[in-house]
Amino acid sequence: MKSDCSKNRLLLIYGLIVVGWIFMLIVLPHTGLFLSSFTNDDGKFTLANYLKFFNQKIYYKTFLYTFFNGILIAFFSFLISMPLAFFLTKNIPKKVSNFLLTILLIPLGVGELIVVYSWMVTLSDNGLIKHSLQILGIDVPKLLNTPFSMTLGFVYISLVFMLLPIMQSLENLDNCLVEAALDLGASKFTIIKRIIIPFAMPGIVSGTIMVFTMVIGDFLVPNILGGKSALWFTEIIYNNFLTTLNWNLGSAFGFLLLLGSVFVIWLLIKITGQQYEKVVK
Amino acid sequence: MINGLVSKRYQASVFVFTAFFFLFWLLPLFVISILAFNNADYIGFPFKGFTLDWFFGSGNRVGVFHDADLLQALFISIKTALLVSAVSLFIATAAVLYFEKAKSRFKDFLYYLSVSPLIIPGVILGIALLTFATTILYFFQDHSSIDLSDYLSPGFWLVVIGQISFVTSYSMLIVQSQMKKFDKTLEEAALSLKASRFEVLRYIVVPYLKPSLIKAFLAGFLISFSNFNTTVFLVGSDPTLPIYLFSQVKYNLTPVVNAISFLIIFTITAFAFLNFLFGKE
Repeated sequence: MKSDCSKNRLLLIYGLIVVGWIFMLIVLPHTGLFLSSFTNDDGKFTLANYLKFFNQKIYYKTFLYTFFNGILIAFFSFLISMPLAFFLTKNIPKKVSNFLLTILLIPLGVGELIVVYSWMVTLSDNGLIKHSLQILGIDVPKLLNTPFSMTLGFVYISLVFMLLPIMQSLENLDNCLVEAALDLGASKFTIIKRIIIPFAMPGIVSGTIMVFTMVIGDFLVPNILGGKSALWFTEIIYNNFLTTLNWNLGSAFGFLLLLGSVFVIWLLIKITGQQYEKVVK
Repeated sequence: MINGLVSKRYQASVFVFTAFFFLFWLLPLFVISILAFNNADYIGFPFKGFTLDWFFGSGNRVGVFHDADLLQALFISIKTALLVSAVSLFIATAAVLYFEKAKSRFKDFLYYLSVSPLIIPGVILGIALLTFATTILYFFQDHSSIDLSDYLSPGFWLVVIGQISFVTSYSMLIVQSQMKKFDKTLEEAALSLKASRFEVLRYIVVPYLKPSLIKAFLAGFLISFSNFNTTVFLVGSDPTLPIYLFSQVKYNLTPVVNAISFLIIFTITAFAFLNFLFGKE
């Protein structure tokens, strides 16, 4: 009896801490954002912030551009991660692949800003690539502040989030399945299409979700590597909060970004027929 | 290793793909590390000779160790990261124990909310926290004499509070992955030997979780230390290192930025390799 009582007391303390964290730091701030997006400068209810989004071409165009690129970059990330994940889990000895994994995680520890800055210097007009090619007498077009540099930066910062979930899925793939298919004369393409991809699907979906949300919510890559022509939706939000100080409009845009990303995630899970629980855990 | 896939040609293509990938992966970090020692006032190539001015210089070239603003930002970042990581770990551990033991109907719902910061874009979390903190601040100022502006207006404490909201989610996942392997019979044995619930926690659960608690603390430290997207909305006049470096990159770029980048890359790489050589997992 006594132990049951103290159990409940401890559990109650845990529960209070968890609820305090989730409500004070996650739920209420987002509710506040939602309310603020429907408020004008005088504190009255308004739809004007949302109407502005649909009336001004630059806003919804940037929004669509951001989302389209988010999907495209997730796809590029997948194209590189899929073979790499397979090699690291199935073809490279465990000890070597652990070492390579250590190297893969270094940029994550170094931090996004320094990594993005490093790419800025590498791709700049007197960076390593252009400089060494010029010595060889090869003239290269501008690399920095182009869609190329932005895509490269995005793939670089998000790749690990695609690779790790796929590797996790492939760890469970029994090698015998692939061997059996090879014995039965299946082509490599068939094996990839019929065995490996379906097996890695939970990892691919959660990787895509991670990469997509990371890319559309990112600020540093478009700002430092993207140049002036490529406006990103987060840059509009940033300007509203920190430059023009129009917080209510910024809140509405923030909420639209959140809503859009939830919609894409939902769509992705529906299309691929995955279970939400599996993808989240 | 898969038996059917040992042909020379296949092994060679695995090697070439992996080698090229890792060349790409290390390129920017390598470039910055070299340029940190470049004896020139510009950022980039050509390499004019070796110098340590960007680390130790105090005359015309102010090095990292004599740059007061930079050292101040570094100090604030370390202070923030230690505090955020410690508090997050405490909440995260309580959350893991709660989700392990609780039988509440809301448990699943709370769980989804608790991992939501992993897929909510950091920019949105930042503006939500800023809006919410400001609302509370004004509410107290208007309705009472309590002044919370030290804690809730942009500045050190708001950064700490804001970062706790998402660092906790990461810490939780790390601790949880070890808790899943916990042998519950140990706990039952201790209880039947008349240990109190608190004693079970103190002498059995926490020592068992210790490796993952250390891992979560380090991960939390790094996530907090390098965060930009959320933090940028919460800083006041005392920026953290990424925010300070961003303004330097944008408005006042000198090779000192290369030098501090090198120091961080070097530290992270050294830790990663030490962990690889001596770590158990």
